[in-house]
Amino acid sequence: MSYTGAARKVGTNIDTDAIIPARFLVTTDPLELGKNCFEGLEPGWINRVQKGDILVAGPNFGCGSSREHAPIAILGAGMPVVLAHSFARIFYRNGFNMGLTLLEIGDEVDGINEGDSLEVDPENGLIRNLTQNKDIPCTPVPPFMREILAQGGLVGYVRRQMAG
Amino acid sequence: MPQTLAEKILQGRTEESITGPGQIVRTRLSSVLANDITAPLAIKSFEAMGATKVFDPEKVFLVCDHFTPNKDIDSAQQVKAVRDFARKMGVVHFYDGGESGVEHALLPELGLVGPGDVVVGADSHTCTYGGLGAFATGMGSTDVAAAMALGETWFKVPSTIRATFTGTLPEHLEAKDLILLLIGKIGVAGATYKALEFDGPVIAAMDVEGRMTMANMAIEAGGKVGLFAADDKTLAYAQAAGRTGATAIAPDPGAVYEQELTFDVSGLSPQIACPHLPDNVRSVEEVADVAVDQVVIGSCTNGRISDLRRAAALLKGRKAAKGLRLIILPATPLIYKQALREGLLEIFMDAGAVVGPPTCGPCLGGHMGILASGEKVLATTNRNFKGRMGSLESEVYLAGAGVAAATAIAGHICHPAEIVGRK
Repeated sequence: MSYTGAARKVGTNIDTDAIIPARFLVTTDPLELGKNCFEGLEPGWINRVQKGDILVAGPNFGCGSSREHAPIAILGAGMPVVLAHSFARIFYRNGFNMGLTLLEIGDEVDGINEGDSLEVDPENGLIRNLTQNKDIPCTPVPPFMREILAQGGLVGYVRRQMAG
Repeated sequence: MPQTLAEKILQGRTEESITGPGQIVRTRLSSVLANDITAPLAIKSFEAMGATKVFDPEKVFLVCDHFTPNKDIDSAQQVKAVRDFARKMGVVHFYDGGESGVEHALLPELGLVGPGDVVVGADSHTCTYGGLGAFATGMGSTDVAAAMALGETWFKVPSTIRATFTGTLPEHLEAKDLILLLIGKIGVAGATYKALEFDGPVIAAMDVEGRMTMANMAIEAGGKVGLFAADDKTLAYAQAAGRTGATAIAPDPGAVYEQELTFDVSGLSPQIACPHLPDNVRSVEEVADVAVDQVVIGSCTNGRISDLRRAAALLKGRKAAKGLRLIILPATPLIYKQALREGLLEIFMDAGAVVGPPTCGPCLGGHMGILASGEKVLATTNRNFKGRMGSLESEVYLAGAGVAAATAIAGHICHPAEIVGRK
């Protein structure tokens, strides 16, 4: 499955409080959380996002708490993919568990401009910047994790395993 | 093959032979934890997975501590869902109300976590138990849901950074200063995917509470775990907490480390993490002119009895600066009662402090100490991300309990030595 969308950029060491502040953690509803996504970074930031946009982040994206509300909020806001320089450990595992596709692309993040049109193929590790007409090198998502994503996350994956 | 602490503890809970970093191992879990923010999602995932019972009702810990006492109707509903689940599953260790405290102070104190354990928790500061020689790490709710159902999970065996602390710890310096020193040195992503292992004569001389303070903040360097060998002090702590069968555990001589760092702490000044990241660390002298509006002493990092004693030694007979709000939250009911018996709470109240119930509230900007725009706080907590404790235009400084008490008295960030001898 591949995705096409506009790049929405955030910076370095974006923590889970910036993604979804604690005061919003009184619900587990994706749409509610999505409305307040990045409210801890800049109030109203999410209003710029269109469904299908691709989040592009700097190093250590998702550092901080283990709150799964963070990847849920990003998904709830309509962003199915995050390209980052690098991810924090708990967020990386949570992202896949929630069905959010994550790709680490190192310094290539710097070459992507806000609003650039991107095409992302996680299976083959192909990322194309359509605005700049440029390919971005990337390691494909491993098959085991693609399987989790294909089931919409770990819950679907476990259900399927249990069903044999 | 000689093993690091991380490898050795994991080895104790897996059938596979651990050969080194990068290997994926399936591990039996000693216990699984979630709190009132993360358990509701874990329960949702648990049920959606089709699970009907937890792997062991004695080994699933549910602690309501973040939004408790419940701050609003939504949080009350969340805690109710956790309470109902606990009842339905027969969870023995469910904590709420007057029995509850800050999870990472509460569980060690009850002897529910200890040396050699492998623990996962839906809370990033689960790594605190590394102070007791446990491989304990934070995960998301869905990973924890699977762990609650299966009693096992998978880990990538981490490579290890060894941090050795030598020299003589100056008066007024505490565990918090050492971990801030380390995070300042390696950065907030310096240990991502890795284990931190602490040793050296300063660590050997440190009490178990101090070790838990240091292990607690391993995640602030991105670490998977922060580990200390379980020595005689650890065993004495475990025994006092009512835990039976605890045994010593230490890394093998000749174990392979990815990186070895040595810190001579002689002559070190108290360390302060400045806004807005835990690695923005300066010495107290560099920020001594920063006036603060609020001081918070508490949390899973520094809300233990040793922290309260340290704060009380400075606050006794003195007052918090006029206009400054001092909030002190003993981390558990047991710590609260101990502080009451020792007269510490009276010292705090005479100094003008608000002494609150055990809760994580202010640390994560939940409740009981939220900051307005333009305000600054010095807290003994573990995170100073932008807006962590309230308004996006507020600032959080992190320090140990001694600096926090001294700062409360002075009204600006202050070395404890400056308060001693002053009325």
